Amino acid sequence: MATTMTTETPANGGAAAETVPLSGLRRPVSKWIWLGVIFAALLPLIGGQTGLISNFYFLQLSLMIVYSIAVLGLNLLIGFNGQISLGHGAFFAVGAYVTAILIDRYEMHYLATLPPAMFVCFVIGYLFGRPALRLEGHYLALATFALAIAVPQFLKYRHFEPFTHGVQGINIFKPDPPFGMPLSPDQWLYLVVLACAIVMFIVARNIVQSRMGRAMMAIRDQPLAADTMGINSARTKSITFGISALYVGLAGALHAIIFEFVSPDSFRFELSIAILVGAVIGGIATLSGAVIGGFFVQFIEKYADALTKWVTSTVHLPIHLEPWTIYGIVLIVLMYTMPMGIAGGLASLWRKIRPPG
Amino acid sequence: MEQLLQQVASGLANGAIYALLALALVMIFVSTNHINFAQGEMAMFSAFVCWQLLNWGYPFWVALPATMLFSFIIGVLIERIILRPLHTAPLLSVVVVFIGLLAIFHSLAGAIWTHTVKPFPSPFPNFTFAGSGIIGPHQIGMIVVAVGMLALLFCFFRFTPLGLAMRAAALNATSARLVGINVDWMLALGWGLAATVGSVAGVLVAPVVYLEPNMMAGILLYGFAGALVGGISSPGGAVAGGFIVGVLENMVAYLGNMLERATGFYLIGNGEKLTVALIIVITVLTLKPSGLFGRVTVKRV
Repeated sequence: MATTMTTETPANGGAAAETVPLSGLRRPVSKWIWLGVIFAALLPLIGGQTGLISNFYFLQLSLMIVYSIAVLGLNLLIGFNGQISLGHGAFFAVGAYVTAILIDRYEMHYLATLPPAMFVCFVIGYLFGRPALRLEGHYLALATFALAIAVPQFLKYRHFEPFTHGVQGINIFKPDPPFGMPLSPDQWLYLVVLACAIVMFIVARNIVQSRMGRAMMAIRDQPLAADTMGINSARTKSITFGISALYVGLAGALHAIIFEFVSPDSFRFELSIAILVGAVIGGIATLSGAVIGGFFVQFIEKYADALTKWVTSTVHLPIHLEPWTIYGIVLIVLMYTMPMGIAGGLASLWRKIRPPG
Repeated sequence: MEQLLQQVASGLANGAIYALLALALVMIFVSTNHINFAQGEMAMFSAFVCWQLLNWGYPFWVALPATMLFSFIIGVLIERIILRPLHTAPLLSVVVVFIGLLAIFHSLAGAIWTHTVKPFPSPFPNFTFAGSGIIGPHQIGMIVVAVGMLALLFCFFRFTPLGLAMRAAALNATSARLVGINVDWMLALGWGLAATVGSVAGVLVAPVVYLEPNMMAGILLYGFAGALVGGISSPGGAVAGGFIVGVLENMVAYLGNMLERATGFYLIGNGEKLTVALIIVITVLTLKPSGLFGRVTVKRV
């Protein structure tokens, strides 16, 4: 499970040590990242064929990568553009529903549903970002908070029911690998998700290093100066919101395919929070932090229960703690100790202990 | 006609709750410029504490002050311990800490009292009177307690030296410090008071929505809507805004119902309450971010 992680973390730590604040400067992708990617892509051959890694773990890995894409999308918005969103679970839900409806009702090929899902999310994100432009900081957080809470109810709206099947949700089926490849559906989908993630990370990297990315960061750091330099901040902000929604929408669409099920209550407020927490823990304003964040989101979802049970029994607490308690405590402690997230924290730690010269 | 009056009355009763929550939000916003996303969960937690006291056999009018005192202490502690070090932190850190608090209160309530829905007894006697077809005794009780609470707070801030000091600290911290006000403690007191106001809202609304860890999410949303409609920088406005959105919420459902009966087309109903709140929030924020009674903030560059 930690394979993709171990290759990402040191690469980031080393790269960030050279040029610290200007993450927009062009620098080559470390060969370690490419090695890690190749290793991850070969995983179904190595681990899957020998039976070392079961289909269950491939599903877990896929989910982890999916959350990484979502966290990456939120990172672009929060970390690089300085807009806070507490409601990105809404775009996750829209992406998932677009894909599920297109597969279920219009019998489209599952890969063909990804572009429409991304497009719809981009448009909705852009339109939401447009009025939200007037909102800064707290107000935007408030508006998106409201969005996150209202989403499950909105998905149950009576006139959408022919498409969404209301509270029951939509069941879809896992596709088989094409061309009679000797892979299980889980292994195949893992490769699909990995390919999507690689493309999206490269695109994000290019966006951040382009004129658009510099404009995004200029607005984040010095809104007034950015305006006087001729940056159209209204346009940049709403396009960033749209792009960010597109990423999260793609993650939602992939999640629907690998999870084979969507329902209004899978997109509760907790999902938005999980994505935000992933972004914060991984480290905002770093692209590689998104991998750590995605890992963390899936890890919490899967293992926090066991962890809390262990804590409860070791400390002999009279009540059965719930995972979210630990989640909350970790979050608050992290904000004091490593406000730049784990990736940022490791990078600054590395700068401190690095031998001089 | 009677149905319309019923809807207005129950709108006012809900509005009383929204007004209390909106006031709690505004009290924290005015003094620290933070929006307390955990306000709803704190109120929920207080309602559970009150339920526990009632369950242990204490009468309601003992349990309520005890709950208020407990919430006050919790509020002060949160400000002193958790938020104090974040005074100069970036916005994101503050928002994330509030989300962390929300998660902690939510899951602790679930862990201590489980997620099963519990009935909460109404503290008000059940009696019949001339207008009992229009408004129930608990609804009247909600409005009376809420308005009484608001009046007390108004008097506290208007006529006591401590209230004056707290207003000074919120309005201009530097000048307040120069005249010898302990601004840090004033902020902590403000937090405690806000938590107390929120706890009353939680206890009053618990008999209506039943007790469970998720009970406050939608109500908090309406509290936000109320605060925004009235203007998030104006306490009086927030109270008015709370009542306005309470009535508005019921009017929308009522009109949707009328429309469905007249034309057979279902547009909007009780199932879309949260969506209505979302629309109110976004409309106010886009068209008039300062709200009806708020002051327009001018940023100096």
